[in-house]
Amino acid sequence: MTNYGSALREGFAYLLSNYPEVFTIGQGLWSPWYVGNSMTDLDKEFGKERVIDTPVAELAMTGVAVGAALTGKRPIVIHPRVDFALLATDQIVNQAAKWCHMFGGQVSVPITVRAIINRGGEQGAQHSQALHSWFAHIPGIRVVMPATPADARDLLIAAVLGPDPVVFIDDRWLYEIEANLAPVRELVLRDVTPAVRREGTDITLVACSYSVHLCSLAAEKLIGEGIAAEVVDLRVINPLRAEVIIASAKKTGRLLAVDGDWSNCGMAGEVIARVVEKLPPNSLRAPPRRLTLPDAPAPTSKPLERAYYFGADDISVAARELVAWK
Amino acid sequence: MNHIPTDSRYLGALADPQEFWEPLDISGEDIPRLLTSLKLMILIRCTEEKIGDKFGQSIIKCPCHLVIGQEAPAVGVSSSIAPNDRVFGAHRSHAHFLALGGSVYRLLAEILGKNTGCSKGMGGSMHLLDIEHGLYGTVPIVGATIPIATGAALSAKMDRRAAVAVSFLGDGATEEGVFHESLNFAAIHSLPVVYIVENNLFASHLHISQRQPYDSICRFAEANGIPWQRVDGNNVVSVRRAAEIAFCAARAGNGPQLIEAVTYRWRGHVGHREDNDVGVMRKENLVPWKKRDPIDRLVISLEKSSAITESQIRCLWSEQRAAVDAAWEQAVDDPYPSENALLDRVYFVP
Repeated sequence: MTNYGSALREGFAYLLSNYPEVFTIGQGLWSPWYVGNSMTDLDKEFGKERVIDTPVAELAMTGVAVGAALTGKRPIVIHPRVDFALLATDQIVNQAAKWCHMFGGQVSVPITVRAIINRGGEQGAQHSQALHSWFAHIPGIRVVMPATPADARDLLIAAVLGPDPVVFIDDRWLYEIEANLAPVRELVLRDVTPAVRREGTDITLVACSYSVHLCSLAAEKLIGEGIAAEVVDLRVINPLRAEVIIASAKKTGRLLAVDGDWSNCGMAGEVIARVVEKLPPNSLRAPPRRLTLPDAPAPTSKPLERAYYFGADDISVAARELVAWK
Repeated sequence: MNHIPTDSRYLGALADPQEFWEPLDISGEDIPRLLTSLKLMILIRCTEEKIGDKFGQSIIKCPCHLVIGQEAPAVGVSSSIAPNDRVFGAHRSHAHFLALGGSVYRLLAEILGKNTGCSKGMGGSMHLLDIEHGLYGTVPIVGATIPIATGAALSAKMDRRAAVAVSFLGDGATEEGVFHESLNFAAIHSLPVVYIVENNLFASHLHISQRQPYDSICRFAEANGIPWQRVDGNNVVSVRRAAEIAFCAARAGNGPQLIEAVTYRWRGHVGHREDNDVGVMRKENLVPWKKRDPIDRLVISLEKSSAITESQIRCLWSEQRAAVDAAWEQAVDDPYPSENALLDRVYFVP
């Protein structure tokens, strides 16, 4: 069995072993503290020239990666907390995302920005955000949200080997999840579609990243009550391939979009929109619903934190209500 | 005699428009090379004048930041750039494109949004690309290409190529934090990058005295242990000599270098007008600054040394004007990109 953190490390090691043009750059890469077990000793194995720990300069480091990507490299920029990636927004949103289009398709920027969501742990407003919907809003960036150890490894590899800029966001709360991994498969990211993780007939639960795990736990509980929930893992949220979600919602007639992020202009709302605009008005047996974080920054105080983050039970409650809706 | 201060904080006489009017000292210079530089500067000016005229007539709508008056830095640096070097520019980069050997026709076509433009009509004046001649991109987000050029230098160093990355930037860009982040990183990794700061004393409408406590950018190089040179940016010979030193050092593995070329733009921040009503002493200073004309000063020195006659000069101007006119006529009739370009180029298609 391999856990999610180790699977990520396997992905990095595979890339660094097989592709000399790959390097990683970011803060904390020579320290055991910042990125869990996901990059342990890569600097010792592959050298400090390819696993570069940097000054405190997110914007320039991302720009450096863009410049290297334009000139033959495949850099991976690491942000141990996604909150800090905001300092690099110009390079991600104005530069990496735009260069291919605004230069007429003559250049590509194969840069991967890997950022970690550090949910909970009393880290508060500036160390625990999930900002994937922000990045998914931008044409030109592929946004990857792996939920399983296999995806953590194989989608990282696909992100780095593809020609486009990718924001790859993983979640610390997934790191201990284990799975048996097949040998590495080099996937083509533009062909990766949402996956049905569990089949069901009564309700469709759609999520990405850690929320997929919660949906699976909820589905396990619901089946004991006679509710068969189907769990769809989005995997890549930009560009969003909605066919699998639409087909599932059409089959079950009920849709609950779950997202460990805020509601307004967010991923959960996008999922619902994609479904309802494609289905005839009476296709769903209940109004679609979303379960997201409250519209507030993350707190630090323990009881507030408990109130802030939803769990599998909250998903079960919402699912039951939808199934009972008349 | 004017002098250039050694203190990294002050421009001294370089910022005084009454100074540096004299012809260039071209003793020991290779005359054919000077004539090439002259021709290139005239081509750039004629191109920019054409763009300005068409902008004034609203035939060109795309925002254009004209380089008239500051042709010398791009031209002076260009002869040091080798085939494997990678050059990055900013919003005012028509001169960088042309000085590297880019075609006037492809530049004009791009500004007109035509499919035949250097960026296939998807970029306009502010997003120029010409990989064949080493121009890896220009963008108008101020300061954005400074770290990108630094990354191209990292890439060259990793590959152990003797290639240099070049970042053209203005004085305004040095107020962005990313400039300092980039210099710091380039210095600790000893990267082969040359930063060319074209200090034209203005960021948009705002004079440097209203934006910075000192007027010279070299102090930031000094703070990062980066060798710097400050030159009269309207003297193509001085620029070229400084570039030779900087590129030679960067290519030899001696780390990043910075050149500050002091200059002045004759037109406003954007568009064809002179914008005499905007900025500190703009109205008073524009006339004397035009006497520090990088083209006229070279012409006079060439005439004095009998390297060229007045009629040859006239001929040079009319040839370049004719070349620009022909390029315009060709570009203006070209097709626009097809509508599917809108969605087909969001992600890269190999």
